[in-house]
Amino acid sequence: METERLPILEMKGISIQFPGVKALSKVDFRMFPGEVHALMGQNGAGKSTLIKALTGVHKLDAGAIELSQRAIAPASPLDAQNLGISTVYQEVNLCPNLSVAENIFIGREPMKFGRILWQELNASASAKLEKLNIRIDVTQPLSVYSVAVQQMVAIARALDVQAKVLILDEPTSSLDEGEVALLFQVIRGLRDEGLAILFVTHFLDQAYQLSDRFTVLRNGELVGEFKPAELPRLKLIEKMIGKEVDLNTGHKGNAATTLAVQAAPAFFEAIQVSRKGAMLPFDLQVRKGEILGLAGLLGSGRTETARLLFGADRTDHGTLRIGGSKLNLSSPRNAIRHGIGFCPEDRKTDGLIGELSVRENIILALQANRGVFRRLSTRKQGEIADRYIKMLEIKTSGPDQLAGKLSGGNQQKVILARWLATDPKFLILDEPTRGIDVGAKSEIMDLVLTLAKEGMAILFISSELEEIVRCCNRVAVLRDRAKIAELDGADVDEGTILQTIARGSE
Amino acid sequence: MTQTSPTLYQRITSAKLFWPLLALALLLAFNLVFTKGFFHISIRDGHLYGSLVDILNRAAPLMLIAIGMTLVIATSGIDISVGAVVAISGALVAMLIGGTLVLKGGVQSYVTLVPMPVAILAALAASALAGLWNGLLVSRVGMQPIVATLILIVAGRGVAQLITNGQIITIYYKPYFYIGNGFLLGIPFSLYMVLAVLLITLLVTRKTALGLFIESIGINPRASRMTGINAKNLMLCVYTFCAVCAGIAGLIVCSNVKSADGNNAGLYFELDAILAVVLGGTSMTGGKFYLLGSVVGALIIQTLTTTIYAIGVPPEITLVVKAVVVFLVMMFQSQKFRRVVFGKLSKQVAKS
Repeated sequence: METERLPILEMKGISIQFPGVKALSKVDFRMFPGEVHALMGQNGAGKSTLIKALTGVHKLDAGAIELSQRAIAPASPLDAQNLGISTVYQEVNLCPNLSVAENIFIGREPMKFGRILWQELNASASAKLEKLNIRIDVTQPLSVYSVAVQQMVAIARALDVQAKVLILDEPTSSLDEGEVALLFQVIRGLRDEGLAILFVTHFLDQAYQLSDRFTVLRNGELVGEFKPAELPRLKLIEKMIGKEVDLNTGHKGNAATTLAVQAAPAFFEAIQVSRKGAMLPFDLQVRKGEILGLAGLLGSGRTETARLLFGADRTDHGTLRIGGSKLNLSSPRNAIRHGIGFCPEDRKTDGLIGELSVRENIILALQANRGVFRRLSTRKQGEIADRYIKMLEIKTSGPDQLAGKLSGGNQQKVILARWLATDPKFLILDEPTRGIDVGAKSEIMDLVLTLAKEGMAILFISSELEEIVRCCNRVAVLRDRAKIAELDGADVDEGTILQTIARGSE
Repeated sequence: MTQTSPTLYQRITSAKLFWPLLALALLLAFNLVFTKGFFHISIRDGHLYGSLVDILNRAAPLMLIAIGMTLVIATSGIDISVGAVVAISGALVAMLIGGTLVLKGGVQSYVTLVPMPVAILAALAASALAGLWNGLLVSRVGMQPIVATLILIVAGRGVAQLITNGQIITIYYKPYFYIGNGFLLGIPFSLYMVLAVLLITLLVTRKTALGLFIESIGINPRASRMTGINAKNLMLCVYTFCAVCAGIAGLIVCSNVKSADGNNAGLYFELDAILAVVLGGTSMTGGKFYLLGSVVGALIIQTLTTTIYAIGVPPEITLVVKAVVVFLVMMFQSQKFRRVVFGKLSKQVAKS
């Protein structure tokens, strides 16, 4: 049966080269009508690049695309759309201040004598949404509706042209459960009408729920095409991260967990903390001198958890305690005052002040905590900066070098230095080793271990399981925005963590 | 990155004050050649007189506003309501002082409605309130600075006209004229006010962490929040300070012309102030700021205006001449532009 059906879309031997990086290398990909096809892979696997190749954003360096057995070469997203390949992007690409109907028809309004036929426009917009089982007042501005409805409007807009292939890039990332169910209903409806749907998601559960076929990419290469029934979760994760998980061997947990640490009471505590759209209620405890790892795939809620614990986002419910006393975190400022530090995942937007000097970047959090008036003298600032430049071996021409000019690893060290300068009692590290070279990675991990030995409580977030295993005493496992397990002692190894992620709600 | 020790040429041209100072020097040099008696300074009644003194005196309100505006722009904001605040401040002080002619024992004298210090404080308090309003809209309501302060442009002129009842109020109280026209130790009194505000601002921004925080917010507000900087309160302070500067400028303007005009006092001051800040080397995108540069920028603008009048450019084209000079100064501040225009030349200079 498989051989009888012809794919509606075939991409063969697709290669795309960016300056210095091979983004895609000889990737084959095909889609069948009436099927939902999930494209899976880690960050940087090449999912977005493949989609952009398909929608005419990137030029192909090699390979061919066939749509309905005819070669196509879309030159732009508009071109792709006219050919029948429609895309709904991750960030809803609509105008919140225009009406729903206007959003659906923007740029192709029904016109007569240069005048827009509003009644016709509104009527056909209603009809289009009705097809998706959505009944709303299309004359209202888009912003009055929930993100889920906005997502539907985006789909309705994409379907306006005679679409054969619909690409949904992370459509569920900002939806809650009910909204996801609604969206899936719509997607299944479209599938049953014969549309080929390309579904990109980080949520494994959703991929299994919805998809008829998987294609897994890794480091710009095709790992393979699979049927969900043939590929259990654990195997899928293995394919995505490219590592055979041997459940028996594997690194053992950080052996440095001393009995004294184990016996200590929790220093930092989160009790039933939650925030809508970010994390379901969870408990976490970190002791002094302990490194707690947060493991989970991308989108599992790691960064969201960190932001909640630092007061960068407000919690909806739950209690936070530090050193036994209750915390009321309304802002990072508050958290810092209580001795919490946070190295954010995205150091360019959330961490570094690029046009300030290395020295100013290092003392910034300490100075902010001291307030405007108790200014650290320039000499004192220099001393602090010099100390951390030496301690972390930050490669800079001097403390007055602009921080933005440093390499990624050194920028990361500057931000680490900023927090160490505040002498935190609880330090949250969100992907502290992302995008930095191997040597710097291991230096940072050694530093983390030393800090814990000196009595600091640390929350360590990383997508590299090796790092988690190497550093952490205990590991909390997250999946789909919920904490699903906690591992400690001998259980802290890559195999168990992966198994836990995969097992989930099966 | 290879670090070579910069040549003297590079060091001088990369100093932020260099280009505004050069522009000012060129303007003055132009006057040296073309305007007779431009540099002539004489002493009359123990006061200094001359075009240069006149420029300094006339530039005082603009310098004050430019100082406040610098901090606002450094937070990557903008305050286009300063002109309206000048009008409010002037109107209030004029209304409160007023001055009526009374005969005391056959001697004519003028008395105020309220004591002058009270009137001045009231005007400054009103200005601060206006700034607080701007700051609240920007920092708490989250409005874009240009929109928030646009509201006050409209409302502020309205308030000023309400205060003056739509009339031009004339002041008949002599001691008040001292602020805008008086001399202290031979130098215009207004310059002392500029100097005081400048020194205090320099001190407060550089001897406390205020300057660092303002720059940090201007460069990366998200990351600044993550380091625990209280951006909201800082913005509130900065907008309030800017309005107080405008309020002081309003006192000077009002004293200069001995009257308050709700409609026209401080008209387009915001544009000149923003221009002064940008001429001084502070970027509109926020971040690093240069208070001295802004003051020099204000002087450039005033010198330019005076020069244009002095050499008798026809009034129809004065604005065009001004625009051309401003354009050139801006272009030369851009390193990219300089590289394109005389990249080779600078290399040769560097080699020698």
